Amino acid sequence: MAKSLSEALEIVVRTDPGIIRGHNEDAVFANPNLGFAILADGMGGYNAGEVASGMATMFLSSELEAAFVARPPHEVDLASGQLFAHRCILDKVEITNSAIYNTAESQPQYAGMGTTLVTALFFDNQVTVAHIGDSRLYRLRGEEFGVITRDHSLLQEQIDSGMISAEEARFSQNKNLVTRALGVDPEVETEIHDYPVQVGDIYLLCSDGLNDMVEDEEIRLTLQMLGANLDLAATQLIQMANDNGGRDNVSVILIKVLCEFPATRGWWSKLLAWFK
Amino acid sequence: MAKLILSMDGLVLKEILLNKERMTIGRKATNDIQIDNLAISGEHAAVVTILNDSFLEDLNSTNGTLVNGQPAKKHFLKNGDVIELGKYKLKYVAEQVQPVVDAADFEKTMILRPNAAKAAPATATEPSAGTTEVKAAFNDTLVGNQITPPAFVPPPAAASVVGAIQILNGANAGRELELTKTLTTLGKPGVQVAVIAKRPHGYFITHVEGAQFPVVNGLAIDVQARQLADHDVIEIAGIKMEFFLKG
Repeated sequence: MAKSLSEALEIVVRTDPGIIRGHNEDAVFANPNLGFAILADGMGGYNAGEVASGMATMFLSSELEAAFVARPPHEVDLASGQLFAHRCILDKVEITNSAIYNTAESQPQYAGMGTTLVTALFFDNQVTVAHIGDSRLYRLRGEEFGVITRDHSLLQEQIDSGMISAEEARFSQNKNLVTRALGVDPEVETEIHDYPVQVGDIYLLCSDGLNDMVEDEEIRLTLQMLGANLDLAATQLIQMANDNGGRDNVSVILIKVLCEFPATRGWWSKLLAWFK
Repeated sequence: MAKLILSMDGLVLKEILLNKERMTIGRKATNDIQIDNLAISGEHAAVVTILNDSFLEDLNSTNGTLVNGQPAKKHFLKNGDVIELGKYKLKYVAEQVQPVVDAADFEKTMILRPNAAKAAPATATEPSAGTTEVKAAFNDTLVGNQITPPAFVPPPAAASVVGAIQILNGANAGRELELTKTLTTLGKPGVQVAVIAKRPHGYFITHVEGAQFPVVNGLAIDVQARQLADHDVIEIAGIKMEFFLKG
């Protein structure tokens, strides 16, 4: 078993209902030992949104924990040629989707519930990012700050098609419409990508309660100035969203890369890699 | 529903509801909005409406289209924009903000599904109290029911009062720094750093890093943020400074 990633990653998890909403439909989860984080922003009437996002983080986290304890994510799946991390995340998201969808179908009070999802899995000096909907992953690397995920939303589609500029998008009335969600259909399409990780990087997973209320530039400043104290940075981000009106639930997960974390492989696989 | 108010020389001629996804404007009778004037092209412009957003597009008209006095080919319409075609003006009025029935359901994230019509009855039968928008999400009649949130507007900065600090000792004594940004960090990275956050109701100092905590008026603060009052004296990494409010 590979040694814990908690020495390589500093993780802070924070969620807040905001100013206006009575309850919190966001759900957050992080496992510092296995190096993954999950954030979900639920939707649906009454408390169904909470149920959907709660199911998403709970189901997915326990499934991923079980899977990665049994088999490390950097191994290559022989059948598909993909990294085990990919196949595993896609499979487990599919299972989670079915669980939420079936609950929604069988219990009328949960009909139509769904949730966004963004998850980041760190292993072998890289991060695998999977997302559905408009919850985001940002990265701060030195001076460079930007969003890594591309929202599955009507607004993003309008930006992509050139109908509306990114500048104009801030004033759009259609901010809250997602084109993909977990648990609303029998099948789900997950977007998944890998990115190399550098020491000092700060990753931010957030719900739209943050990026709708706080401009990217302000988020960047906060991470840059308060990067030394991740706890404080998370508090500050939530505070800024609330100071700007706090119209939605706001959740953030901050992950700072403290040192390299190459996967520990057996001597035979090292030899194999050397021959390739 | 958003609408256009057609006027000429300050005289309102009519109000046109944007009740179709695409409304064309031109001289010919085939247009949704006909303006029978020689300065207007046969097919002059179109307004495309998607849920709560409308876009103006000039259809390569001879005399062009202006929005708020500027020539426009394609334009994302905002409430109050004035479109000019020849002598005619069309004022764009966005959907009126309905009174918020249930503030908690305001601006909810919703899933947009083209094939959602069949899912509608399931949610529509729920007993409802202030959940119209939620139901609308699973209905294909989104437009009518949705509450229009005001566009993102950063709150006004804490009145017109700006905080500032003046350094009292060391090489930079006498230097003054206005606290105009949301966050201003003070101190030496790796030794001791504190941050002053500008919030709508004032300025707050918080410890960021280092074994020593900032000292305010002779007393070390704890991990909590502390609000700064006019003429508070702060000490960070051996440097003393005074916080004050500028009118």
